[in-house]
Amino acid sequence: MKSEELEVKAAAEIAKQQAFDVRLVCCSSTGCQSSGASAILAGLKAEIKTKQLEDKVQVCGTGCMGLCSKGPLVRMISKTQKEVLFSDMKPEMVAAVVDQVVVPVLTGTKIERPRGDLEHHSLDLDDPFFTMQYRVVLENNGRTDPEKIEDYFAHGGYQGLKRSLTMSAEEICKELQVSGLRGRGGAGFPTGMKWDLTRKVQSDVKYVICNGDEGDPGAFMDRSVLEGDPHAVIEGMLIAARAMNATHGIFYIRAEYPLAVERVEKALRQARVAGLVGRNVLDSGWSFDFEIRLGAGAFVCGEETALIASIEGKRGTPRPRPPFPAVKGLWNQPSCVNNVETLANVPRILRRGAKWFASRGTEKSKGTKVFALTGKIKNNGLVEVPMGITLREIVEVIGGGTGTDRTIKAIQTGGPSGGMIPEHQFDTPMCYEHLQQLGSMMGSGGLIVIDDRDSVVELARFYLDFCVDESCGKCAPCRIGGPQMLHLLIKIVDGKGTAEDIRTIRKVAKAMQKASLCALGQTAPNPTLSALHHFELEFTERLLPAATPQV
Amino acid sequence: MSNSIHATINGLPVEVATGTSILDAARQVHVRIPTLCKHPDLDATAACGICIVHIKNSGKMLRACCTAIEDKMDVLTATPEIVEVRRSVLELILSRHPNECLTCLRNQNCELQTLAADFGLTWTGLDSIVPDHPIDDSTHSIVLDPRKCITCGRCIQVCQQDQNVWALSFLNRGFETRIAAAGDIPLWDSPCVRCGQCSAHCPTGAITEYDETTKVWDKLADPEAYCVVQIAPAVRVAIGEAFGFPVGANLTGKIYAALRRMGFKAVFDTNFGADLTIIEEATEFKSRLLEGKGVLPLITSCCPGWVNFMEKFHGDMIQHFSSCKSPHAMVGALSKTFYAQKQGVDPAKIYMVSIMPCTAKKSEIIRSREMYSSGYQDVDVSITTREFARMIKQSGIDFVTIPDEPCDHMLGMYTGAATIFGATGGVMEAALRTAYFYVTGGDAPRVEFQATRGLKGVKEASIDVAGTTIRIAVAHGLANVEQVIDKIREAKAAGEEPPYHFVEVMACPGGCVGGGGQPYGATNELRVKRATGLYSEDQGDQLRCSHHNPYIKQLYDEFLGAPASHKAEQLLHTGYQVLPEYKR
Repeated sequence: MKSEELEVKAAAEIAKQQAFDVRLVCCSSTGCQSSGASAILAGLKAEIKTKQLEDKVQVCGTGCMGLCSKGPLVRMISKTQKEVLFSDMKPEMVAAVVDQVVVPVLTGTKIERPRGDLEHHSLDLDDPFFTMQYRVVLENNGRTDPEKIEDYFAHGGYQGLKRSLTMSAEEICKELQVSGLRGRGGAGFPTGMKWDLTRKVQSDVKYVICNGDEGDPGAFMDRSVLEGDPHAVIEGMLIAARAMNATHGIFYIRAEYPLAVERVEKALRQARVAGLVGRNVLDSGWSFDFEIRLGAGAFVCGEETALIASIEGKRGTPRPRPPFPAVKGLWNQPSCVNNVETLANVPRILRRGAKWFASRGTEKSKGTKVFALTGKIKNNGLVEVPMGITLREIVEVIGGGTGTDRTIKAIQTGGPSGGMIPEHQFDTPMCYEHLQQLGSMMGSGGLIVIDDRDSVVELARFYLDFCVDESCGKCAPCRIGGPQMLHLLIKIVDGKGTAEDIRTIRKVAKAMQKASLCALGQTAPNPTLSALHHFELEFTERLLPAATPQV
Repeated sequence: MSNSIHATINGLPVEVATGTSILDAARQVHVRIPTLCKHPDLDATAACGICIVHIKNSGKMLRACCTAIEDKMDVLTATPEIVEVRRSVLELILSRHPNECLTCLRNQNCELQTLAADFGLTWTGLDSIVPDHPIDDSTHSIVLDPRKCITCGRCIQVCQQDQNVWALSFLNRGFETRIAAAGDIPLWDSPCVRCGQCSAHCPTGAITEYDETTKVWDKLADPEAYCVVQIAPAVRVAIGEAFGFPVGANLTGKIYAALRRMGFKAVFDTNFGADLTIIEEATEFKSRLLEGKGVLPLITSCCPGWVNFMEKFHGDMIQHFSSCKSPHAMVGALSKTFYAQKQGVDPAKIYMVSIMPCTAKKSEIIRSREMYSSGYQDVDVSITTREFARMIKQSGIDFVTIPDEPCDHMLGMYTGAATIFGATGGVMEAALRTAYFYVTGGDAPRVEFQATRGLKGVKEASIDVAGTTIRIAVAHGLANVEQVIDKIREAKAAGEEPPYHFVEVMACPGGCVGGGGQPYGATNELRVKRATGLYSEDQGDQLRCSHHNPYIKQLYDEFLGAPASHKAEQLLHTGYQVLPEYKR
């Protein structure tokens, strides 16, 4: 395919879609599928066929729409009226959706909110949950069919790649630097700088690796992007490859994400057929191809050097840096490991320009961030917000608070490596620096809401237990420090702890933070330490009563 | 130096080559940064977390072992905070370590124990969480106790990288991580070749030799037993390290004296067997080279770790192997035949003890029926230098002051050629001296062949023997051997002339001086010093060629007949078989 054909194909797909009066998109990502979305999608298709509406109504699957707690979700998009979003869909509701909403819409009746049984199954799209989000990474999720490359074309797909083909590697790196995009995996290293470092290393072989080993409990941003918009990640990697003169692309996706793997595989096949991947990309003379490697589920393999070791077939253990992967990575060749969300931002930056991207966010944290809102919160699910928004806005406005009579006590951000942020600090703007100052971290984007009845001691124990389980065992501070800390925390949870145990926890935590080799061990004490910092009373309340001094 | 680094350590300037680690750079300002996992000869594994240092104006601590010092870096190696964190890490390690120092073979010779003493740890304040992992002593050569392991990974590095054996690996992960054979099978069933390099590199008592000193004491106490003993070449230049002698001090006379006081009826020397090996091997070489009997190259077989390796991984090389037994096995066979007859001792009562730098010898002595050529088990027990040092201490012998004594019998008489067997290249050099004589009928103008000496992994040379060029290769460290074997195999496959005529292989780095049973703490620096101890003895010897050993001549005259005679074949030679890499 020549690059000019991209627009032709996009226009053809747009025309095709516009021939339909109504488009019904049903969430087909893992979350909604687990509550029966596949049956609903099939039911909708059958119903439309039975009613002989196939010429007027298009039915397809789509990526995660965000409000997972209300899934399965079905969106009705029509040319004539406002969108309707059906929630908590059940197969037996399919006929009613078609009869009571789709058919009337086709005949010109405006339906603001469905009536009757369906009333409680349609969401208010003016709710802040929808209006306060700003979708960049998730722009296609809930709108396009992730299994159709043409749908991606119709939404500006591969335009970023097209532009990158006209730029030098240095120019692309520069563009990324201007955009201010930082790694969305957690550490927040400037992506443009990382690319530029890799670009400058001379080598005949260079790897671009997509880190799809998302493993934080409660986090599913990357899964949703891979499932809902796989072409965006592929395009991001192609652009990254151009920027670094890379020769091979590797998707590292955890095996627990079978649907993500399936979608990426399918998208790669389509992109190859379309001439976007493989030999002579977009007739530019440049060739680039991918392979997919499955991770076996070790959390530590999200650490880039452990991830590389895992691809090489070795034990998934981190190794000291330097040398950084940019110099000596996979198979000792220069390599760049980028997170899924980071890569999904890239095509948008190239398509709309660095300045557009940098116009959102804070001075040092640009763009948007996808968060997975879970825990004691009304609107459970995936949200994308501009950096700089406050935690309170995310939790209380977008998230809708606890949705019960309980009050929010704190938020755990950054997963098992992050920390707890108490309610009185919720007015802090979300960005890498502020979260670090609060003793937490951005992490990959899990936000777990804790209400006033939850025990932070037990939550700290949960996270530490996770890290102990996931420690690779390579270095002593993490391997032994984790279990020792956990042992003491369990003692406290069981009401058998002493004040001395709290002192020991702090001491062991410091050894882990300072002397562990990788971020897993260095940050594993964070939830415990931040809980101790903000809620020490919850710990001391559980201690054994101090021994009465002998008179 | 244009590509050198200028930095500061504890405020003192250092200038080192690019790529030097902070750990090594610190030596320049007389600072030894403590570490438990970094071995001087191995790559950093970054496992223990003890060697952390501070870079000024950075909140992070870095590992000195694996961080290259950079230009203008300002390193602090021992702030109160660093010492505190190191102490905490050490406390953590000890909380996962059995408190068994008094009953551990590494007592008073343990890197972990030393560090704990340096830090003055009295109580860790942490509950002991030692997992209940089983001990693996299935090889009867080395004993693996994963409870004592600090998972530094040195053993795995030597087993995988230096030896290319891959018997040991990490099993499980996190707190459950332990060293074991892949698949958690007993080491006996694994690819292990018993070289014992894992034990020599272990910083704690997690891998040790299989201790058989009690067996020896029992026999020494048994009035019915007629205990005889022999010492390997490399033992004499290493034993002193256990008694404060300078590294490489040759203490042959003291060893003989100590053994006699322990109650051995006769003290022999494996060096006699080494001279004998040369006669048999040079004869074999001559017949392969000049008479076309058998294939070339001829490959030495005196290293049992190498024999195990070859049988497991390179079975196609069997026809290249010299059929000669290893020197101590020859002396063992002769002790229960020639010596028994001469002394009028019932060979059934003779108990032959070999003192070796080697753990593989422990299993070599029962490896095949040829090891029973005397009608009895030729060597009854093989103990390592480390076990022997403990026996001397247990016997109360003041090894430092004990005067030298000679050996007991012609089975202890040797030439300089024999003593250099203990260093890599020594067997080749000794063989060349005699091969030269066999081919030309006269001695080489210079008996020293420098090309075979030194610690280079593979040494290749072409030696002119009166107009005939002999191509040789010497390899030590099993990973290095593969290069040589590959070359041989390639030439064979291509139908070309073999790349070598004669190849010497020693499993352990540096040869026997760096053996798996030698005193702890061996580094290349030490290996060179031990080897120097052997080369200087050779240099000072009047007789420097095996074929000049008058007692060897006597042995042939009185007992064996001639080299490669039927009797020699029966007592001094052996066979090999292809072994499965893994047993099921």
